[in-house]
Amino acid sequence: MVMELFPLTLTRAETSRRGKRLVGPVDLHLDGQGLCVVMGPNGAGKTTLLRLMHGTARLTGGSVKWACDTDEARHHQAFVFQRPVVLRRTVEENLTYPLRLRGVARKAAKSAAHKWAERVGLQPHLTRRAMVLSGGEQQKLAIARALITEPALVFLDEPTASLDGRAMREIEAILLQAKADGTRLILSTHDMGQARRIADDVVFILGGMVHETGPAKSFFDAPQTPEARAFLKGDIVE
Amino acid sequence: MLNALMGLPPVVVGLIVYIFLSRSGPFGALGLLFTPTAMIIAQVIIIVPLIASIAHQSLRELWAEYHDLLISMNVTQMQKMRTLLWDARRALLTAALAGFGRGIGEVGAIMIVGGNIDNATRVLTTAIALETGKGEFALALALGFILIALALGVNLLIHWIGQTERDSRW
Repeated sequence: MVMELFPLTLTRAETSRRGKRLVGPVDLHLDGQGLCVVMGPNGAGKTTLLRLMHGTARLTGGSVKWACDTDEARHHQAFVFQRPVVLRRTVEENLTYPLRLRGVARKAAKSAAHKWAERVGLQPHLTRRAMVLSGGEQQKLAIARALITEPALVFLDEPTASLDGRAMREIEAILLQAKADGTRLILSTHDMGQARRIADDVVFILGGMVHETGPAKSFFDAPQTPEARAFLKGDIVE
Repeated sequence: MLNALMGLPPVVVGLIVYIFLSRSGPFGALGLLFTPTAMIIAQVIIIVPLIASIAHQSLRELWAEYHDLLISMNVTQMQKMRTLLWDARRALLTAALAGFGRGIGEVGAIMIVGGNIDNATRVLTTAIALETGKGEFALALALGFILIALALGVNLLIHWIGQTERDSRW
């Protein structure tokens, strides 16, 4: 399934709002392997870039091309937001929701929900209302709900930004397992420690422009641009 | 607009409906004045803005909450509506009950368009008004207690639903 979507090619892609360019022009080529981390300081345009790729931010110039038709590509993607969005339903109903939308039978959807709840450690909470879960549990639920349709690609917009270290590690473990199962992940973060731990590739973005892309190891060991070097050193970059 | 309509004085609504339904009015030929249908028309005009306003507010809040997720899931318009209506069902029920609560206590408009005719268009509120006018305070009070019990029952129900609504959110 991964091969159907990728490569993803952005050519002079940009998005503007009220005449102000938020991101771009961006030229980017991503293949279908591993976990790609979009890095950059707050306000760099990480979220907008992810939304641009996903198709929920309006493209005001250039192009975003998948290996298949854009609508078909969208069908095989999911998006996890920084602030977890949970439906005002039980944990089980949250998990079955995307499957039911796709016409999966109630029984099969329920059994998939139980499997995923167990996988992310939410089994004891299945019948509880999602709204009463902690922030970390809600984010795990959002990730499980994104993964339950077995998408080829999942975008994650700073999924651990407001969580403590333990919840962060648990979520990283879920993501690494998803990666091992063949799901392509594109995750944005400004947390360098997290990026070092989980990234296979890095896209470094600053001021709405992609400054550097490449394998994580070479990015962290030998950044090519002065902006990336400054960011990795912990300097304030603008 | 909805909020403005919510503030319409019921007596004025009754007067306008009366004018429209009276013999010389545009709908006079329908012969609806002093019938339960006329009372229903007046009640609908009074209650709908209230129900619509509460429903609109709760659906708007829910849409703000779900917007990103549903857009990202690429749901169809129909799926979107079903999701919002289902997840806002408690708030919508509260809106309906609030409308019922307002309707059951209404007297001015339905007195004008219904005429308070015995066995035809007399309801609890108009009967209370009539009995009080006649000096039959015992009967008026008894009817009043029934009305209070009904209104109280509805309000308790609204309160209970509101409670479960909050529980579902927090």
